[in-house]
Amino acid sequence: MDLDSLYQEIILDHYRSPHHAGLREPFEAEVHHVNPTCGDEVTLRVHLEGEPGAETVTDVSYDAEGCSISQAAASVMADLVIGQPVQKALATHEAFVELMHGRGKVEPDEEVLEDGIAFAGVAKFPARIKCALLSWMAFKDATAQASTVG
Amino acid sequence: MSSMSSMSSTALAGLLPGLEIIRKDFPILERRLSGDLPLVYLDSANTSQKPQCVIDSMVDHLERHNANVARAMHQLGAESSGAFEDARDKVAAFLNAPSRDEVIFTKNATEALNLVANTMAWAGPLEVKAGDRVVITEMEHHSNIVPWQLLTERKGAELRWFGLTDDGQLDLSDIDELITPRTKVVALTWVSNMLGTINPIAEIARRAHEVGAVVVVDASQAAPQLPIDVQAVDADFLAFTGHKVTGPTGIGVLWGKGELLGQLPPFMGGGEMIETVTMERSTYAGIPHRFEAGTPPIVEAVGLGFAVDYLTEIGLDNIHRHEQAITGYLLDGLATVPGVSVMGPLDPTMRGGAVSFEIAGVHPHDVAQTLDARGIAVRAGHHCAKPAHKRFGVQSSTRASSYLYTTPAEIDALIEGINYTKNYFKVV
Repeated sequence: MDLDSLYQEIILDHYRSPHHAGLREPFEAEVHHVNPTCGDEVTLRVHLEGEPGAETVTDVSYDAEGCSISQAAASVMADLVIGQPVQKALATHEAFVELMHGRGKVEPDEEVLEDGIAFAGVAKFPARIKCALLSWMAFKDATAQASTVG
Repeated sequence: MSSMSSMSSTALAGLLPGLEIIRKDFPILERRLSGDLPLVYLDSANTSQKPQCVIDSMVDHLERHNANVARAMHQLGAESSGAFEDARDKVAAFLNAPSRDEVIFTKNATEALNLVANTMAWAGPLEVKAGDRVVITEMEHHSNIVPWQLLTERKGAELRWFGLTDDGQLDLSDIDELITPRTKVVALTWVSNMLGTINPIAEIARRAHEVGAVVVVDASQAAPQLPIDVQAVDADFLAFTGHKVTGPTGIGVLWGKGELLGQLPPFMGGGEMIETVTMERSTYAGIPHRFEAGTPPIVEAVGLGFAVDYLTEIGLDNIHRHEQAITGYLLDGLATVPGVSVMGPLDPTMRGGAVSFEIAGVHPHDVAQTLDARGIAVRAGHHCAKPAHKRFGVQSSTRASSYLYTTPAEIDALIEGINYTKNYFKVV
């Protein structure tokens, strides 16, 4: 088993210095998600601005406890969605979920996923897919609560 | 690393004689993993590996003796029933139970504990009522916490627990406050699956009995590695699971004192647990069948019988000594690695063979993943003991757990793997 395909340097960089970490004000929704099998946890807040139906993700802040994969995923996710229209952020979420469930057969689009393409190797480690998805699922949940989009 | 190579593993006192021969009983230990790496299996507290005699007993039963038990009026039925009931005798001997009828086969230890907690909710001499108290401990596996939470919530009873000391022992300083005439049940683990702690069951049982409380012992981690004598410790109920004692999954045991089992109402209703059934009402079989509704896990019981005989033949005292020797060697090895901290007792004579630890700066999942890439199987997570982890301020840990087939060389491989992991994640 190729450890380096799982622990890409980009992932380890995000793990060591996560972007946008910490909980911030203001926010419209806060969620707490847990991976019951391993106990990884994330508390995540979203702050949306703009006209109802056309909001933008102004901030995502989070407090995550977990492994390198789950921590790095939260960091990359925040990078990708902050500043994006909600619709586009949710499309990025879809693309990431598709990559994770692709069993290593899905070719990631760097235009869409940027640093997120480093997680392509995670899809080959079934036990770790939930780690990568934890904060993304929390983001989707919080955004659904805060947003009028969709 | 250099300090490890200087440790002489061959001179380790207490190892099972003929360890290499014992290892040959376990075919899976020959497995090569990805990259043609040998298997280093250090997850036996999760589930143990199975010796050839257990595997063969189950294959033989399925190939030659398969039939339903107790109700088939033919030769195979008699053979199958005989094998199933032989397994009950073997388990009774394994536990030093006064009567074979006190051995109830369940699906696993969880079902055994739930059987007790659920039937104590119903009307009867042992019913837990509003205002009564159930006492557990902070080091329980979730399967010995949640059923008691459900019971006390449903009945308006009170749930209390023994806390833990910083070195992972039960804090018994408030035992007089916890165990009072209101206390109906004291449920506790014999050996912690996370901390490894061995609890003083006999002493706590004595205190519980002084107030008339029933003592329920989770022996899931004890049965694989300690001689179990239900009479010596004076437990009232004791549960363990087959798959941790070199038996198969799908079979567990509830042992209970006959007079107490007789006072519990039936658990699940169905075939085999009745005496007679009319459309209006039924009367029930005596123990053990009263608590074994439906077709039981027959071949699993047969396998379990061979498993406990296998352990008895090697000797639980010998296995316990082996576990202590390996655990001591493991604790010594971990102490050589900077940044590694062990949770639970550091004295191998006070604990079982499951050692949970942390590596500063590397998350347990990443530890387990890195070790797995080297063929070393450990467990990472909360080990179904979230409150115990919380007590020690951690969310999860890595756990290495040995068994009668574990060698010092495998512990060396683990320590080497931990050093590799630290380098890989650049924590030094």
